[in-house]
Amino acid sequence: MPAAAAASARAVQRDDLAGYGFLLPWLLGFLLLTLGPVAASFYLSLTDYSGLSAPNWVGIENYRRIATDDPRFVTAMTVTFTFVLLSVPLKLLFALGVAVALNKGLAGLSFFRAVFYLPSLIGGSVAIAVLWRQVFAGDGLLNQALNALFGYEGPSWIANPSTSLYTLVLLAVWQFGSSMIIFLAGLRQIPQDIYEAASIDGAQPVRQFFKITLPLLTPVIFFNAVIQTIDAFKAFTSAFVISDGTGGPIDSTLFYTLYLYQEAFTNFRFGYASALAWILVLIIAVFTALSFLSARYWVHYDD
Amino acid sequence: MTTLSLTQVQKRFGAVEVIRGVDLSITSGEFVVFVGPSGCGKSTLLRMIAGLEPISGGELSIGGVRMNDTAASQRGIAMVFQSYALYPHMSVYKNMSFGLETARMPRAEIDRRVRKAAEILQITPLLERKPRQLSGGQRQRVAIGRAIVRDPKIFLFDEPLSNLDAELRVQTRVEIAKLHADIGATMIYVTHDQVEAMTLADRIVVLRAGIVEQHGTPLDIYNKPANRFVAGFIGSPKMNFLDVIGANRFNLPTRRTIDAGETLTLGVRPEHVVTGGAAEIDLGALAIIHVEQLGGQTIAYGRLADGQPLNVVLEGQRRINAGDSLPVGAMAASCHLFASDGLRLNS
Repeated sequence: MPAAAAASARAVQRDDLAGYGFLLPWLLGFLLLTLGPVAASFYLSLTDYSGLSAPNWVGIENYRRIATDDPRFVTAMTVTFTFVLLSVPLKLLFALGVAVALNKGLAGLSFFRAVFYLPSLIGGSVAIAVLWRQVFAGDGLLNQALNALFGYEGPSWIANPSTSLYTLVLLAVWQFGSSMIIFLAGLRQIPQDIYEAASIDGAQPVRQFFKITLPLLTPVIFFNAVIQTIDAFKAFTSAFVISDGTGGPIDSTLFYTLYLYQEAFTNFRFGYASALAWILVLIIAVFTALSFLSARYWVHYDD
Repeated sequence: MTTLSLTQVQKRFGAVEVIRGVDLSITSGEFVVFVGPSGCGKSTLLRMIAGLEPISGGELSIGGVRMNDTAASQRGIAMVFQSYALYPHMSVYKNMSFGLETARMPRAEIDRRVRKAAEILQITPLLERKPRQLSGGQRQRVAIGRAIVRDPKIFLFDEPLSNLDAELRVQTRVEIAKLHADIGATMIYVTHDQVEAMTLADRIVVLRAGIVEQHGTPLDIYNKPANRFVAGFIGSPKMNFLDVIGANRFNLPTRRTIDAGETLTLGVRPEHVVTGGAAEIDLGALAIIHVEQLGGQTIAYGRLADGQPLNVVLEGQRRINAGDSLPVGAMAASCHLFASDGLRLNS
């Protein structure tokens, strides 16, 4: 028997080895391409690294300056928070509305689902951002339409600092597809007989939505909110393309990531940019942690 | 007094007719069980009464009022679902009070009704729990409680016991019977389990393919099944059916004369098969193939001389083994004769 036990132990070891073997490509990528740079960026955030000469240790100087002496950091924070707080709720509302409409048993559901999902597939791309610029420019599609319909001469929505951020919010909301798909799946999870019980209980559709659908959908709402919030904090492409990388006009679309990019690759302050990146990580972590803390008060889990 | 009446009620899904003209009237306080094999339309019929399924033709009236197009909540009914359909995010109390709150009933009255129902069902200690913290049997009670608080004219039960284990099913069956006796409300109960039907019903409605095959008291249906389908569906183990040519050799009283060459079916319930010589109708020798000893009963499976299968239920513990041969027969009064179209022939 001991021989057999030893043989089976060897077999287990062999199995383990094979498992690690399959894991290796991903593990290497993670260590070299993710964990390595992350660790390096933390080190660099404590230096004055410019990318051109060797980094000098400056301690927490970068963080001190961000906290006390950087008006563009404040601007970037304001722009980013405005963007997150507007685009995430609007996107979720829109996605939920469309999902509820689609869930009503529309004919050709899979077609519409695909059509509504399309912007999410292509919406994050440079091409769509370029297209967006054309739509909201002074002589863009929107103004041509406004002119043709109402004779209204619209401004350049993207060149006007008081509207430029909102065109980006709109672009983000337009990419409601992935949230919508998840909402649809969530709606499908709610058993039909609960609605039947509610209708026997006399609840009309509106009451059913607020008393049954919405509470039972809270896990999905929570998931979408967290994912979309993180995504919105990291938004970059659209602002970069539409403002030509400037965050203009007059910093009105200076997303946090765009400011970080400028510091690193325009001003060659890699150390400072690294510190900015870590602040963003911290902000996202705090936001996510707060979300999870709040979840116990409003998210209903069935089991 | 008639509480509910169905007149030529029909249900079509497109071209498919699933309920094909049902006529039925149910008196106040009656416990009626719809029974039938799956797909017979019993649940659909119940859902049409509930208002969850539109009625394609005919008329439904409750308390003398036409209800075909009335909203479910206005029909004076309450329903207990197979899956219970409790609101998972609400406490037991809320589950029961939701409908009353929707109807804007005064808070004190809601509280009184919920607590009274909880008391009847002995779930008062569970009122603050969520459905996920309850056992299957407890959820079942909450579902019934949600029906009770509505104080309905008619309770509708859609296979309410099918998600419970065997022991709990028997226990809950007894409790539902007791509940009916206590509150005296009209109840319509759907099941595919003929034991539930026999034990609970004042009246059984046997459905097949959207048609009422027979309705009557459980013993009526057991003793005088209208056709071969009902005879085979009600009773466990199933009635034995034997092909016979001409009926004269049995001398059973029949509704019409029988041609000498007509093929008929003789039905004998396994518990009515007589062994030994006392039988009025002799069925010959039964070659035993398999025996089940249940302690209180002995069930023997065998074949007659002409190869037709016949099962026998004998009271007590009998010393019978596979391979034995048993002389079998039946008393004329417990035999059933069916024509080739399935209809009962003997009166």
